[in-house]
Amino acid sequence: MQALRRKDILGLEEISAEEITLILETARSMREIMQRKIKKVPTLRGRAILNLFYEPSTRTKASFELAQKYMSADSVSVAGASSSLVKGETLKDTVRNVEVMGVECVIMRHPVSGAAHYLAQNINASVINAGDGMHEHPTQGLLDLFTILDKKGHLEGLKVVIVGDVRHSRVARSNIWGLQKMGAKVVLAGPPTLMPPDLEGFGVKAYDRVEEAVENADVVMALRLQKERQDSGLFPSLREYAEIYGLTEQRVAGAKEDLLIMHPGPINRGVEISSSLADSPRSAVLDQVTGGVAVRMALLYLLLGGIKEE
Amino acid sequence: MKKLLIKSGRVIDPSRDYDQEADLLISGALIEAVGKGLKAPAGTETIDAAGLIVSPGLIDMHVHLRDPGFEYKEDILSGARAAAAGGFTAVAAMANTNPVADDLSVIGYVKERASQAAVRIYPCGALTKGLEGQELAELGRMQIGGVVAFSDDGRPVDSASLMRNALQYAKGIDALIILHEEDLSLSAGGMMHEGSVSSLLGLRGTAAAAEEVMLARDLLLLKHSGGRLHLAHLSTAGSVEMVRQAKAAGLNVTAEVTPHHLLLTDRAVKNLGYSTNTKVNPPLRSELDRQALWEGLLDGTIDAIASDHAPHHPDDKDVEYDFAPFGIAGLETTLSLMLNELSAKRIKKLNLPLLLEKLSTAPARILRISGGNLRPGNPADLTLIDLKQQVSVNPDAWYSKASNTPFAGHRLTGAAAYTIVAGEVVMKRGVVTEKEPVLHG
Repeated sequence: MQALRRKDILGLEEISAEEITLILETARSMREIMQRKIKKVPTLRGRAILNLFYEPSTRTKASFELAQKYMSADSVSVAGASSSLVKGETLKDTVRNVEVMGVECVIMRHPVSGAAHYLAQNINASVINAGDGMHEHPTQGLLDLFTILDKKGHLEGLKVVIVGDVRHSRVARSNIWGLQKMGAKVVLAGPPTLMPPDLEGFGVKAYDRVEEAVENADVVMALRLQKERQDSGLFPSLREYAEIYGLTEQRVAGAKEDLLIMHPGPINRGVEISSSLADSPRSAVLDQVTGGVAVRMALLYLLLGGIKEE
Repeated sequence: MKKLLIKSGRVIDPSRDYDQEADLLISGALIEAVGKGLKAPAGTETIDAAGLIVSPGLIDMHVHLRDPGFEYKEDILSGARAAAAGGFTAVAAMANTNPVADDLSVIGYVKERASQAAVRIYPCGALTKGLEGQELAELGRMQIGGVVAFSDDGRPVDSASLMRNALQYAKGIDALIILHEEDLSLSAGGMMHEGSVSSLLGLRGTAAAAEEVMLARDLLLLKHSGGRLHLAHLSTAGSVEMVRQAKAAGLNVTAEVTPHHLLLTDRAVKNLGYSTNTKVNPPLRSELDRQALWEGLLDGTIDAIASDHAPHHPDDKDVEYDFAPFGIAGLETTLSLMLNELSAKRIKKLNLPLLLEKLSTAPARILRISGGNLRPGNPADLTLIDLKQQVSVNPDAWYSKASNTPFAGHRLTGAAAYTIVAGEVVMKRGVVTEKEPVLHG
C-alpha cells in the first residue's frame, strides 16, 4: 500500500482529496481488523508514540490509545494537568525531551490554535493534531467522512448541514475542509454570534434558521454547545438555544427521508439535539466512534508503517 | 572647532522643500552651512556623499526600550545602537517600563542612561500613575524634567472621564498626549485581526471596531476639551477616515502608522504558519485597511511613520501563539522597508521627500523637538541614505537584543549609510561606533 508523503497531519485544509481517499480506504481495512476476535496486528511493533493531551478528552484519547494497541505500537500518554507544563517547562522543551527517548510520533491536543503547527515546526517526529484550540481536529473530520461514506456510499454531491457553535469549533473547521474537498456541499446554521466572523475563506454559506438550512439535506451534524458561551454573552440561555436551534424531528422535517444525524460528542441531550433524534435509527453517533479508531489506525499506519517498510 | 564636510550629496530638507545636490558643512555639533561648492579649511574631514541622500536625522517617535525593568529584552544603550544602525538620530521612548516612567525619578534614570547612548533619547512619561488609568501622573513636573509627551501606550485610557480630565489638564500646560486606541472589552482575548483569516485559523480576533470605538470617543472628547492629541499606530480604514474628518474640522490631532501595518496584512499570520512574530497590537489588518493607511499617509491624514519598536527576548516569542507577547521590533528595518517600497514603485504618489517628512520633519514638529530640518545653526543630526544598497533582513545580526520580526529573510533595496548625531558619526555603513563610556563620580 502507498504511504502518505508528509510528516504531519495538522489539518484537513492542507490535505488533498487523493490523500483523504487513501486514508479512508486504508481505514476500511483497519475496521476489518477491529472486527476480528483477536484485534491485533504487528504492523507498528517496536514503534514509539506519545499521546500528549493538554486538554481533557475521553473519546479521542481512548480512540488513539486503542488504535495504537491494535497496531502493536508502544505508547505513553501524558495529560496536561500532570505534565511539566505546570512546572513552567515550555511545550518545545517537553516534547524535545520525549523525542530523544525515541518517540517517532506525537499526538497532541492543545487549547491554543496553531499549537500543532508550532510543534511540527520544532520536532523531527511526526505530529498528529488531535485538536488545536478552535482551529482543526483533522482525525474527527476524517472519521466523520468515513462514517458518511460508509452510510451513504459516496460523498460527492451530498448536502451536509453543520448546526451550532461553528465559531469555536475545530470539528466544524475540519469538516468544512474535508467535505468540500470530497465534493460535498456544506452549509452552516446557528445564531450569528456563534458563526465565524467572516466565512469568505471557507466558501460556505451560513443560515440564521436551521429549518432553512436543512432543506433537502443528506446529513445534519450538531455541534456541542458549551455553557461558557452563554457566560460570555453570545446567547441568552441553553433553554432558548434548544428552543430555536436545537435539532428535533420537527426541525429537520424538511431534510431528505434518509437524513443521517451526526454529533461529535459529548452530547448535551435536549440542548443541541433531542434524545429521540440522537438515538433514532437515522443517528450515526456511535458509528462515528467506531470509525474513529479505524481512521486513527489508518493514519498511524500511513505515517509510520508505510514509510519505513518501503 | 572640529568641522565635517559632507560633499556632493542630494540634500533633502522636507521642512522647506529643499532638494538639490549640495554640500553640507558641520561645525562642532551644529550645521554651519548648506550649499553648492562649500569651502572648508584645509584638512577638514570630508564624507563623499556622491550618490547618497543627505536627510535631516530620522526620528522614531514610538519605541519601547524596555529599560528599566526588562533589560533582557532591550536596554537603552542596545536600543539606541539599533536606532543608529537603522538610520535614526533620535527616538521617543515609551513609559511602559518597570517601574513605569510615571515619575521624575524614572525619567531621571532614563535621561542619565541616555547621556551615554548613541542617539538622542526623548523620554515619554506615563499619562496615568502606574499606567493604571486611575489617577493622572505628575505631567507638569515630568514636563519640566524634559518629557516630550505623555502616553499610557500599550494600554488605552479606559475611563472617558479620566481621558477628558487628562486632555483638559494637558491643555493647561500645553502638553502632548499620545494615545493607544483600544476598547479592551472588544479586544479581550484577541490574538489577531478579526476577519476571514482569524476565522480560518481559529484564532480569537480583535475587530477593527475595538480601535475605532475608542478613537471616536477620544476625538469627541478632544473636540469638547481642546488640547493636542497624537494617535499611535493607526491600523484601520475607519480610523483613517475619522482622523481625516477630525483634521478637516480643525481638531489639533496628528497620527502615525507603522511599516508593518503599511506592508503586511492578516494573511501573514497564515502564510508564516502561526509565527508569533506576526503577533502585534494593534494587529495586522485586512488588505482594505492596509490600502486605506497608505491613502492616509499620502494625503496627509497620517503625519508620521513610527516603528513601534517592541523588542522581546527570543524565548518570549518561542511559544504557542496565544502565549506569546505582542510586538514587532522595527528600529533596524523601518527605513529599509520604506525605501524598498519607494524603489519597488508600487505606490504611485510615494516620493523620497514625502518619506523623509514622515520619518523626520513631522515627528520633530509633533514632539516639538529639535531636528527635522537642515537649517544652519541647528544641531547636526543627519541621516545619509544609500537608495541602492541591497540588504537582507537578518535579525541575528541586529544591534537590538531582540529578533522578533516578520520580515526576516526579506531582501530590501535602500538603507542608511551614515547616522550623524550632533556632528558625530555614530553609524557608518551598518557599523555603530562604540562610545567611550562616560564615568560619573
